[in-house]
Amino acid sequence: MIKVIHPGFFTTIQDMGRFGYRDKGVPVCGCMDNYSAAMANSLLENAEMDAVMEITMTGPKLEFHTASFFSITGAEMSPALNGVPINSYEVHKANEGDVLSFGKLINGFRSYLAVKGGFLTETKLMSRSYYMPITDQNCIEERMEIPIAGYSDYSPKISHIIPEASHKEHELNVFKGPEYNILTDDQLKLLFGNKFTIAKENNRMAYQLEELIGEQSHKMLTSATLPGTVQLTPAGKLIILMRDGQTTGGYPRILQLGTKSIAMLSQKKFGDEVSFHLLPH
Amino acid sequence: MSSHPISVRPFGEHAILIEWPNEVSEAILYDILDFAESFKLDFQDSKNWELVPAYNSVTLINRRDQINFTKTKYQLLECYENRKADDPPQRYLWKLPVCYDHEFGVDLEEVATTLKCSINEIIEAHTHHIYTVYGIGFLPGFMYLGGLPKDLETPRKSVPRLKVNKGSVGLAGKQTGIYPQDSPGGWNIIGNCPITLFNANLENPCYISVGDQIQFYAINRAEYDLHKIEAEVGIYNLDKIKIDD
Repeated sequence: MIKVIHPGFFTTIQDMGRFGYRDKGVPVCGCMDNYSAAMANSLLENAEMDAVMEITMTGPKLEFHTASFFSITGAEMSPALNGVPINSYEVHKANEGDVLSFGKLINGFRSYLAVKGGFLTETKLMSRSYYMPITDQNCIEERMEIPIAGYSDYSPKISHIIPEASHKEHELNVFKGPEYNILTDDQLKLLFGNKFTIAKENNRMAYQLEELIGEQSHKMLTSATLPGTVQLTPAGKLIILMRDGQTTGGYPRILQLGTKSIAMLSQKKFGDEVSFHLLPH
Repeated sequence: MSSHPISVRPFGEHAILIEWPNEVSEAILYDILDFAESFKLDFQDSKNWELVPAYNSVTLINRRDQINFTKTKYQLLECYENRKADDPPQRYLWKLPVCYDHEFGVDLEEVATTLKCSINEIIEAHTHHIYTVYGIGFLPGFMYLGGLPKDLETPRKSVPRLKVNKGSVGLAGKQTGIYPQDSPGGWNIIGNCPITLFNANLENPCYISVGDQIQFYAINRAEYDLHKIEAEVGIYNLDKIKIDD
């Protein structure tokens, strides 16, 4: 078990997602930056669906009540074990009573903490990903006890990896969305000629962008949306749906982010800039 | 069986969007559901796909692989050609209780003023009509219901509420619906349904499917309390009727 001494800004349990319930309105959920999360799991030779902890902006303080092994990937948040700084992208051993804490956010926005065997929180609709009201928890809280399996002995095949420095990238690869053709020449020029700033309104449901590209009045019947769908509101605002985003919507879907770009955007925060790069289908 | 012109388009690396003509019609919805059934039965690898039907479209999402669009498009068109309408999935008409008391129907008076009719006339019209489920989305278990009579069409509230209670039954534009959980919302609230529409503890968390039909019936406050308790302990007997096509 791991005890939460301090939960951090917004820390959740996530796996690769909840599949098979989108026709009932349930978002797919799962790790926002699934590439970093998969790396944290693979360092520990965990299964693909093992749940990890997604840590947003400010890290938690956690006490191991069970000996285990762990790894941290994604955003660099200055992790320390018992106050001694440790490296990300490396397998570490935690003994009973060890305290894992995080410090300054150096780059990125979301870190992933994996433990050997995964976090063993409740499974709801085939997934451990937090999403209220499917799961009882929205995020971890002070004094919570999170079940994990104990491991006293483990020799990792690879003790550390060198990550891609994707936090420096700002170009989002996109495909034409279903309603791409409603865009005017002026809107296209703005869309592909400018940088866009991540708005304050950014979370696991959606990222809004600050700059407007001009009004639209397209009427459409409600239809499916996906993580990475870029919607254009009547006021000309761009909203990029993320992993907890609603499964259907009525705003034109003008672009669709590539899978890697969804992970890349997940590491952006308020004030960061991104641009769009159109790929052929 | 009549065929509709359909368009098959890529929607990112993992999804394909198939669209039928841009109109709200049961014929189109049922054609989409017949296609979906044929896909589930005939399409190789159909277990790795999720299908999200809504109004005039169905989106197919592959949970694992990037899609070879050209190849998949022909397989999907073949699936559409080979669909069978003689053995569609069973559809149901669900009868859902709604308490229209003032305590729940907080916007009833305002709606009556807007529509220039009495509260009883609203309740009568709302319970008289049968609605078709054209999609489930927005929130887990939220149904997009079509078939609202013209005389109940009323604009959304100009200022949305930060919290609409679970079970609230609302009117907005051409739509009526039930909030399956507490949520912000801008619909006019005319009553509350005591029956849980979505239960994440069940293998099938939402018993109602796209293509089913809904009819509301009015209950009083005492019946509301009783049904709420019955629903919570899991002994409420939902009234459902098989629809024969």
